[in-house]
Amino acid sequence: MQPTGTTEIVRVDGLAKAFGVVQALQDVSLGFRPGEIVGLVGENGAGKSTLMRLLEGVHMPDQGSITVDGSVRAFREPRDAHACGIRVIHQEPDIVPELTVAENIFIGAFPRRLGLMLDRSALYAATDEILARFGMSDDLRPQDQCTRIGPAQRQMIEIMRAVRAGGRLIAFDEPTSSLTDEEARHLFAIVRQLKSENVAIIYISHRLNEIVALADRVAVLRDGRLVADMPAKGLAEEDISRLMVGRELDDLFRRTKSQRTNPILEVSHLSSEDVHDVSLVLHRGEVLGIGGLMGAGRSELARAIVGYDRRIGGDIRIDGLALRRNDVAASIAAGIGFAPEERKHEALLLARSILDNATLVVPKQVATLGLFDRRKAISKIAPLANRLAIRTPSLDQLVSKLSGGNQQKVVLARWLARDLKVLILDEPTRGIDIGAKAEIYQLIADLAAGGIGVLLISSEMPELIGLADRVLVMAEGRITGELAGDAANEQSILALSMPKAGAAQTGAHP
Amino acid sequence: MTATNHVQATGQMASRRGVLERIGNRVGVHNISLIAALIILCVIFGSLRGDVFFSSRNILNIGLAVTILGVLAMSQTVVIVAGGLDVAVGSTVGLSTVATAMAVQVTGSAAVGVIAGFAVGAACGVVNGIIITYGRVNAVIATLGTMAIFRGVAFILSDGQSISIFDEQFRFMGNGTMLGLPVPLWILAVTAVAFQIFLSQSIAGRNVYAIGGNPVVARFSGINVNRYKVAIYTMSGFIGGLGGILLAARTGSGQPISGSQGLELEAITAAVLGGCALQGGRGTIVGALLGVLIIGVLNNGMILTAVPTFYQLLAKGALLILAVLVAEYRLNRT
Repeated sequence: MQPTGTTEIVRVDGLAKAFGVVQALQDVSLGFRPGEIVGLVGENGAGKSTLMRLLEGVHMPDQGSITVDGSVRAFREPRDAHACGIRVIHQEPDIVPELTVAENIFIGAFPRRLGLMLDRSALYAATDEILARFGMSDDLRPQDQCTRIGPAQRQMIEIMRAVRAGGRLIAFDEPTSSLTDEEARHLFAIVRQLKSENVAIIYISHRLNEIVALADRVAVLRDGRLVADMPAKGLAEEDISRLMVGRELDDLFRRTKSQRTNPILEVSHLSSEDVHDVSLVLHRGEVLGIGGLMGAGRSELARAIVGYDRRIGGDIRIDGLALRRNDVAASIAAGIGFAPEERKHEALLLARSILDNATLVVPKQVATLGLFDRRKAISKIAPLANRLAIRTPSLDQLVSKLSGGNQQKVVLARWLARDLKVLILDEPTRGIDIGAKAEIYQLIADLAAGGIGVLLISSEMPELIGLADRVLVMAEGRITGELAGDAANEQSILALSMPKAGAAQTGAHP
Repeated sequence: MTATNHVQATGQMASRRGVLERIGNRVGVHNISLIAALIILCVIFGSLRGDVFFSSRNILNIGLAVTILGVLAMSQTVVIVAGGLDVAVGSTVGLSTVATAMAVQVTGSAAVGVIAGFAVGAACGVVNGIIITYGRVNAVIATLGTMAIFRGVAFILSDGQSISIFDEQFRFMGNGTMLGLPVPLWILAVTAVAFQIFLSQSIAGRNVYAIGGNPVVARFSGINVNRYKVAIYTMSGFIGGLGGILLAARTGSGQPISGSQGLELEAITAAVLGGCALQGGRGTIVGALLGVLIIGVLNNGMILTAVPTFYQLLAKGALLILAVLVAEYRLNRT
């Protein structure tokens, strides 16, 4: 392994980019050397994604330059950046499901025979070689079709594609956000292998332990500016988060746990296609955590409760009243709010404004004689936007232009516009920076203190343990146990999360 | 996080902007470019046939010629905003025209004719809506099928013949004038106001944008997506019925094909020109009406400058492709 080199293969100088009135990036200068891992961190909206888009040629900078091997380049489209060996591994890789693993890796550069025919044996041999080099031979077979592969394998294919195409600077954008711990460890091995092959690496993550473990250098963005660029040696997670937030972090989970009161949501023997015979009671002012692995049926339980999925059997009572109709309108009317896991696909109209999104479930309150009344809408939403500290130039801003944390706040504002009895949150802080996380935790605590029952689905153990009064654990669509007080810890939750042997592989959803 | 009060800063910012920019924001960049295109077309045809083109008679002619297209473009806009497409709308007009003419001929009542036209049109829409929503058939394919079916039914009913209408009261809707303006233009104006209020102001209209923008989000928000979809296609059929009534009143006859063929192409072109994204969630009534005007001026100008019919068809097809290309380009830029 070569020590950190001195010649930079890619360098950015004084990069700036604005979207509308939001200055997403300002005067950012950074260099990337072969065999060096740069951990890039910052809160959501700090400019990490913008920097990636500039590097990959998705956008052009307003100011500043990108230098590759000493000469200034202007990337008009991703193809230009790819030609210079710059690659970004995206969170949702583009994989053609109908093609094989080998074809997906070599797409656009198939080995040919006689200039026209696909040379399958050469293709498979080359794929075998590259997979073996990165220790992936057990995970991917060149001939397999990509229809049924999980997120981890998709990501491997994307990485191999970058390597195959001669990637010299590979950027990972939140690579572990949809991986299990085991898969993440595997990814780290791949990243280290890339490093040993003298690839320059940018590693973006909200999980600071990964940064500490992997990075040679840490670069911190805050509000579009580079506030730190220093060797990683000796840096602890707390140091990095202090740099990101710009202030000391308070204890994230400051919440006095609730005394048991009246039930507000009673679910008995609920079954849907993916949920089997689930019973639970949520009390007024209580935060009830739902733990479990991905695919354990937690989101599906939420969808069944709110009436999105068809209820096959069982009863739901809200504040003592039975919820008979199996549709979302009925559950909303009964006082349930639901912030789903996939914000962009399930919660937000990306092409519409904050105001439009936030008023979606209060049509009557923002209308006069059936017509939308802007004044009413603003007087309804503006106080909520301030309470939640949504950072935006105006309520007319398109939600697609907001950072993840602010998008989540828009979803929450939508529900707070109603008189809620129950709020179901599915991974409410996924992909959200520490600052916004702390705000959302505080909000959850405030809502519970105000008498709302909160059902908190989360894969982040500290979140579950720190916030919830009790934790229910799910596996394979069923509740496997309840943990309260000190009994709820990482080990006990994980033990209940494990599917029973024999059915271990059925959890993955297409 | 610094919770600065950004929201209340909006008012101050608006007043600092220039007047031109405020007008631009109000009308929309896209609509301004449509108006520019319209002006360019008028200049071209005006310079070629200025003697006729700018006469009040010709301008009225353009208006009359686009009445039916106008109402259809607006209903098509609603369908497209909701994420659908109604290719059968031209055939719906054809079938309603025949039904209207037959009803007037048999009963001698203009009112019965109007009711028949609306009822048949709405029935066509219900069929489309049910096939698409509950049969889960792709909207283009479903309406492509019913397009042939409705046309076939129109031929069967009329036996391929033109059915004449002599009722004066009925023909007034196509040829009469009120307060100096032709009745069809009044009908177009009233329909336009109704559509504009519905789509841009009403809660239901906002829900249409939500459904087209992201049906999953709409469902999670308690919007009954299926019911909306059936209602929207029914509305499209109903407006097709209105088109059929207007066509029968104008021509004084019910014909299965003449006058209604190709209307779907023009209606979709106008809607897309007007800023509709075929993916749904975007589009405006004002834009669609500007699109209609562009098509009307183009058709009229091509007739005045004696462009052969075959080439006119070519131009119409090219216009649709061009409109989609521009729309895709805009979508990719945002």
